[in-house]
Amino acid sequence: MSASQRAIEVPEFTASEAFQRALVIAAQYADDVDRRGRFPSEAVDALRSAGAMSWGVPHEFGGAGAHIDDLADATFELASRCAATGMVFAMHQIQIASIARHLGASLWFPNYLRRVVREQRLIASATSEVGVGGDLRKSNAAIEPVADSPDRRVQFEKKASTISYGAHADDLLTTLRCSPTADQGDQVLVLTHFPDMESKPTGEWDTLGMRGTCSPGFIVRATCLTDQVLPVPFAAIAAETMVPFSHILWAHVWLGISTDAFSRAQNFVRVQARQNPGTPPPAALRLSELSVRMAAFRALVQGALQEFMSLAEGERRARLSTIGYAVRINNLKIAASEAAVEACQGALRICGFAGYGNGGPYSVGRQLRDAHSAVLMIANDRLHATNAALLLVYREGK
Amino acid sequence: MVLCLLILLCVDCQTTGCKDRIRQVVKDNAGLSLTSDQVGYSTDLYRAGMTSYASVVLMIALENEFDLEFPDALLSRDVFESIDSIAHAIESLQQVQQ
Repeated sequence: MSASQRAIEVPEFTASEAFQRALVIAAQYADDVDRRGRFPSEAVDALRSAGAMSWGVPHEFGGAGAHIDDLADATFELASRCAATGMVFAMHQIQIASIARHLGASLWFPNYLRRVVREQRLIASATSEVGVGGDLRKSNAAIEPVADSPDRRVQFEKKASTISYGAHADDLLTTLRCSPTADQGDQVLVLTHFPDMESKPTGEWDTLGMRGTCSPGFIVRATCLTDQVLPVPFAAIAAETMVPFSHILWAHVWLGISTDAFSRAQNFVRVQARQNPGTPPPAALRLSELSVRMAAFRALVQGALQEFMSLAEGERRARLSTIGYAVRINNLKIAASEAAVEACQGALRICGFAGYGNGGPYSVGRQLRDAHSAVLMIANDRLHATNAALLLVYREGK
Repeated sequence: MVLCLLILLCVDCQTTGCKDRIRQVVKDNAGLSLTSDQVGYSTDLYRAGMTSYASVVLMIALENEFDLEFPDALLSRDVFESIDSIAHAIESLQQVQQ
């Protein structure tokens, strides 16, 4: 697709009337979703009505063929109204991309993607595991052949430490060892349908923030066709798609949350300025400081998005599997997650008690609580440990 | 004569001698439970249990052993997947350096 064609199509996604309606609904229910720690079903239904669940599905399978910048834009807009809705949308699009970019010669997955378009199916993921923690690249649970199965079925059981919106999704993408004898890092990705599985929550999701993502632990048991295993090692899916898509789209969630908090602080300062004409309010300077941080935050996220887009396709795609890219995409996650908390804290200092109170136009409590999840989702300490090892051999600047 | 042979080994990393040097470095650094006899030239080292950290240690050890620096484009999973692929990468680097 040429750049001129895309320039026409990009606004079609977020400017569409149906998506704009979804934004209004996301904003309308955000406080209730947060307070009750419930799934943002109204907003997700509105996204389904907008056809947004299949935006990331390529044209050849009947989808909208949206690129990551379109998806990032939509994620940002949603998260600046309701962080949980933005995160659900982001995670779903990460699963779509992980399938669409790695389906190889599979006959099953193209048909599945067509179903996603028709039925606007929502996909969750089970990548974490009790005993392994949040290490995406390790699994204990494995697929194993079902004995005497005429259609070569496989089965698995996984104790996932968290599955976001697991009780509300249609399908599940699970990382598993490729056989019971395989090494922990020798993984595949398997898609199963919730109605065909046994899935049981193992705890409550009553958290500080991101309450609407409803992400408790689950035990999942499933039997499925061998065709439902993506035909590419998960190592490649993780490096080329799941990790960069996650960090880039999550960063857009956090930028959305932070921009919402900044806007509230800006409105607060404006009201103060109107109340005392002629004297700039003291918080105006703090707002200016925060604006500098927001500019750096946006540049960080934009830079990572542009780099990924320049490497995403063709011969340069192999660069996504280099150590240098792994360091840079981990850096994005660490920096963006820390920037989000700083931005929301900055907004709180500007708004004072008007920001501290729950509810009202200047409240930033929800945004601050949601932002705190950012450093924990794949803990920054884990990424620092990974980068510490990679920097033994990777030379910055080369 | 011995010197000539050594130079030849360094220049052409597709030789058995060079691959055996790599195999020794793999044995000492990749953290595999396999014996070096069990690690064939095409054995997938990651599937044999080499962790991400062990692969970094292996990269550094190979840089020391062959007195070279891997550029970022070669610091990727597929390059360090097997003794064959490592030999191929080292050969391409040595050709550039000549």
